[in-house]
Amino acid sequence: MEDAQGGTSDFISIRGIDVVYGEGENEVLAVTEASLTIREGEFVAVVGPSGCGKSSLLKVVSGLHPVRKGSVKVRGEEVVRPVKICGMAFQNATLLPWRTALDNVLLSLEISEDYARDFNRKRREYREMAMELLSIVGLVDFASKFPWELSGGMQQRVSLSRALIHQPRLLLLDEPFGALDAFTREDLWAVLQRLWLELRPTVILVTHDLREAVYLADTVYVFSPRPGRVLSRTEIDIPRPRNLETTFETDFHERVNSLRAQISRPAAV
Amino acid sequence: MKERKNIVIPTTITIGFFVLWEIACRLLHIDVFILPQPSTIVASIWQHGSVIVDHSLQTFMTTMLGFVLAVVVGLLLGMLVGASPAVYNGIYPIMVGLNSIPKVAIVPILVIWFGIGTVPAVLTAFSIAFFPIMVNVATGLVTMEPELKDVLRSLGATKSKILWKVGIPRSMPFFFASLKVAIGMAFIGSVVSETIASNSGIGFLMMTASARFDVPLVFAGLFVIAIMGVGMYEFFAVLEKRVTFWAQRGNELVV
Ligand SMILES: Nc1ncnc2c1ncn2[C@@H]1O[C@H](COP(=O)(O)OP(=O)(O)O)[C@@H](O)[C@H]1O
Ligand SMILES: [Mg+2]
Repeated sequence: MEDAQGGTSDFISIRGIDVVYGEGENEVLAVTEASLTIREGEFVAVVGPSGCGKSSLLKVVSGLHPVRKGSVKVRGEEVVRPVKICGMAFQNATLLPWRTALDNVLLSLEISEDYARDFNRKRREYREMAMELLSIVGLVDFASKFPWELSGGMQQRVSLSRALIHQPRLLLLDEPFGALDAFTREDLWAVLQRLWLELRPTVILVTHDLREAVYLADTVYVFSPRPGRVLSRTEIDIPRPRNLETTFETDFHERVNSLRAQISRPAAV
Repeated sequence: MKERKNIVIPTTITIGFFVLWEIACRLLHIDVFILPQPSTIVASIWQHGSVIVDHSLQTFMTTMLGFVLAVVVGLLLGMLVGASPAVYNGIYPIMVGLNSIPKVAIVPILVIWFGIGTVPAVLTAFSIAFFPIMVNVATGLVTMEPELKDVLRSLGATKSKILWKVGIPRSMPFFFASLKVAIGMAFIGSVVSETIASNSGIGFLMMTASARFDVPLVFAGLFVIAIMGVGMYEFFAVLEKRVTFWAQRGNELVV
């Protein structure tokens, strides 16, 4: 795709992919014939019924799982191994219980090659970077707390910070707020939007919450039941920053309802 | 305040146990050859003090040697086995099979190979103690959350880096929990070996005492074994709490 400047604007290009698990009789076709094109800096949400291959999509984009058919390109390059430019967060915050919040965030820098090289020399600088992120997510006062001393929502904030500290160009989120109560979840929508507006990574957010998708995303893809294929692509042009007020507007509701209609249609067959 | 309470109840029960024992022996006039009273046993310990200390030290050294060997081998094998689920599943049946052999049965073989004395005792202690350590370390490694592995791999982490940064620290609570069990087992191993094939150690002392019908001394040996066992267990229990404090509280309980 050519953009106005004449360069290629496709940050991620997924063409007709099949994703398969297992072999022979146990073979499971998780995703089939899926194609998506994602711009640099775009916030994409993927919704669909449970087991339709949403997590699998993230796995092939990050290079953690191969595709059976079709191609996945990130920045024009075929993905054949872990892409290393991404941060990930999951429903389960998976923090390391022996590390404080701050040290959990720093983990990414200890591992990511570009940063790990200078870790000891730049320790101070890295700590400041981590503290800055923790302050964006509202956790400066909790930097030295251990995970068990944090609420579920706070743990998820730390997890998001860990996913972003190494300034990844790609952020992959797999139902990150799925286990949180409604109020905490809505708080975290605002936190995530703020992070995205400041750092501008490309985001793929997997969620089963349609309000979450509409609140956060530029583009929402709806997947069919397994084997997952792309049923629709919807652009959400509600201006940013969006907030809780936005979610009460009719415009917002209409979009949520139209997405819901697309999801329940195949299920009704 | 809470700590206090935790000590009071077990202490009362322990003292009560010995008092009951003493009273029962006296009231029922139980023969000292059948079951000596605690006071008689303590007197025997006092009387044979230096001999008991010598043999206890021997047993302690044997146990420690076997235990240290078990820790080294258990850690290494545990890491190897836990490094991949495939190895874990493949090697597990053999390990369980080997472990189910009663260790008393290998003492005669060790005697053929190494003669009577300290070496078979150390090796018996080792052979019982390394298994729980290995299994625990391996389990700690293979039970790492797959999501966490994905996070690390997507950052470009190598296997050894994942092991070092996450796998090993994560398996530490499993490791320290296993030390408590392993030290007791090493102790059993060395005492058993001493009773069969040695000329020193608490096990040997008990055998000779029983040959002389010195029943109080046999029980004195038991007392000493129990005290040493409790002491070593407590030591590793405290160490575990100190080192892996993060696994002992809240809902993040790992073990
Ligand atoms: N590691 C795996 N091995 C075998 N099957 C898997 C594996 N991961 C996912 N699957 C299967 O692939 C399908 C899609 O899974 P997933 O991508 O996790 O769906 P979603 O995230 O949309 O719930 C499911 O049917 C699931 O059972
Ligand atoms: Mg999923």
